[in-house]
Amino acid sequence: MLRFIASRLLQGLFVLFALYTITFFLAKAMPGEPFTTEKNLSEESKAYQRALYGLDKPLLHQYLIYPKNIITEGSLAVSTSKGRPVKDIISQSFKVSVILGLSALGIAICIGVPIGVISAVRRNSWVDWGTMAIAMIGICVPAFTIGPLLQIFIAAKLSGIKVAGWGDPQDILLPAITLGLSTAAYLARLTRGGMLEILSQDYIRTAHAKGIPSSKVITRHALRGGILPSVAFIGPAFAALISGSFIVETIFQVPGMGQHFVNAVISRDEFLLLGVALFFGFLIVIMNLAADILTGILDPRVRITGNSSR
Amino acid sequence: MTPAPQETAAEEGQRDYSLLQADRGSSLWRDAWLRMGKNKVAIASLVVFTITCLLCFGFAWFCKDPIQQDLTNKFASPSGEHWLGTDAMGRDLFSRILYGGQISILVGLIATFVAVTIGVTYGAISGFYGGRIDAVMMRTVDTLLSIPFLMVVIVLQAVLSEWSGTTSRWIVDTWGWNKEFTNRATNVLPLFFALGLFGWLTLARIVRAQVLSLKEREFVEAATSLGLSRLRVLFRHIIPNTLGPTVVYATLTVPGFIMYEATLSYLGLGVESPNSSWGILIKEGANYLETNPQLLILPGILFSLTLFALNFLGDGLRDALDVRASKD
Repeated sequence: MLRFIASRLLQGLFVLFALYTITFFLAKAMPGEPFTTEKNLSEESKAYQRALYGLDKPLLHQYLIYPKNIITEGSLAVSTSKGRPVKDIISQSFKVSVILGLSALGIAICIGVPIGVISAVRRNSWVDWGTMAIAMIGICVPAFTIGPLLQIFIAAKLSGIKVAGWGDPQDILLPAITLGLSTAAYLARLTRGGMLEILSQDYIRTAHAKGIPSSKVITRHALRGGILPSVAFIGPAFAALISGSFIVETIFQVPGMGQHFVNAVISRDEFLLLGVALFFGFLIVIMNLAADILTGILDPRVRITGNSSR
Repeated sequence: MTPAPQETAAEEGQRDYSLLQADRGSSLWRDAWLRMGKNKVAIASLVVFTITCLLCFGFAWFCKDPIQQDLTNKFASPSGEHWLGTDAMGRDLFSRILYGGQISILVGLIATFVAVTIGVTYGAISGFYGGRIDAVMMRTVDTLLSIPFLMVVIVLQAVLSEWSGTTSRWIVDTWGWNKEFTNRATNVLPLFFALGLFGWLTLARIVRAQVLSLKEREFVEAATSLGLSRLRVLFRHIIPNTLGPTVVYATLTVPGFIMYEATLSYLGLGVESPNSSWGILIKEGANYLETNPQLLILPGILFSLTLFALNFLGDGLRDALDVRASKD
């Protein structure tokens, strides 16, 4: 197990480096300059700024110095558009993003998994049809439609829930629902598929034949196997939640990291861009690893090996 | 392979019957078509998608100009002249939705085409040659799959849109095309490629798995013993046999890309005005949600309906072609 985790972490480092390389060269290829957005600076002061941020060095030097500084000093450089260390910007906003992402994931699991189980048990009934149609709505209606609709139909009607903003605990509710809904829908479909496969297996029939109550057969015997596809999906799902949070943060004015990323692209702030991208990448690597370990615990058949080529 | 979802005895008997009745030689696609005909949801989806395409690509040409503003007639209610009313600039909402659909659907289709071309070629080569080539190629896919897709597409989009401006100027200068038309056309191009360039990864895995099992079959041995070159065997005999899963996956990819296009446009990083797309319409509509919710809801409905239809169509194709994709 330890060897598996170590090899996965190594693979994760490789992923981060690839992400860094792609983002770095794309950021360099982006049109425009970082210091053009504000007042018209003179050429000298622009050159001074570039030298200050180390942007005048050869490309290869810049490409290598950034990871070196992360490793040796733990520094993520300084944002060119905000003039503050990227590390500070991230550490201020990442808590918000993680809280939002995790509550969305929680909501998605609490809605998606039970719905999937119920529709699998009631296969081909109207319950199955109805829930799967609703799940499809969750997949097909984009967050930027659901979000505003929730704002006018829930936030505007109920006192205590703000239309937008961040601060009180109840402010998490609407953004998290908006963000989690499509993940809930995917989870419902995956759980249904997984459960259908398990429910047709011999050992489930045996359990029924031995007179174990249906509810117990489902929760104890079937769920453990049936939930596996959903567990494997949680890593990618978290990545999707993070990407999706760009939109949700804009709609509900949540001060998370997604906004910084979009702003960094717009203002050509490559250090902020790299910092946020790498941090997101790091979170995703960790979540994928967690999902893999969880799959291994739930399913002893999964032979854990270093390389997972399938 | 795990068994396909179990069927009741009656269903199974029926299906076998319909296949036996086919007195002519029955092909994979004929069987699939027969099975699909019984799936009412899939047929309904096909009809919905066809109607949407006809409206957007056919009927739209007979509608009002979607760009023409009429500031004296803002937020008009539906009438004989403006079937769905007008938006904040007095533009006809109905024709804006149809023209927006053109771009959204085209982005979905063309990006899928790019993704399928890359994915099939990559996956087939990886599976066919095997060994070290396969290992390197698949590790690369694994790595790219762990990279946050939307983030890279956002940055890539920013890079490509600069190129599109240059391309546009070049076309206007060299060939003397209409400037406005060229700008509008090249403005959309980066999206196709930004999405397509990263959307091929899962497909490459699916095709590779197919090729791995196909290359051991007798017909490949026969083709090889006839003296065909390896590349010819791969492209003429193996790849055509991976078409089933490819078609299913591609159908399910189109709605995904349409959603990504809308997301990027919503963030202000995709299609730019005066082009319209469903993402832009929804974004604009959200600004006037309290006073004029129809500006958000109407494009939202057509958008979601199209995605609905494409997803159900993909599911139907999967059942009809009896494919078990790796996802779901």
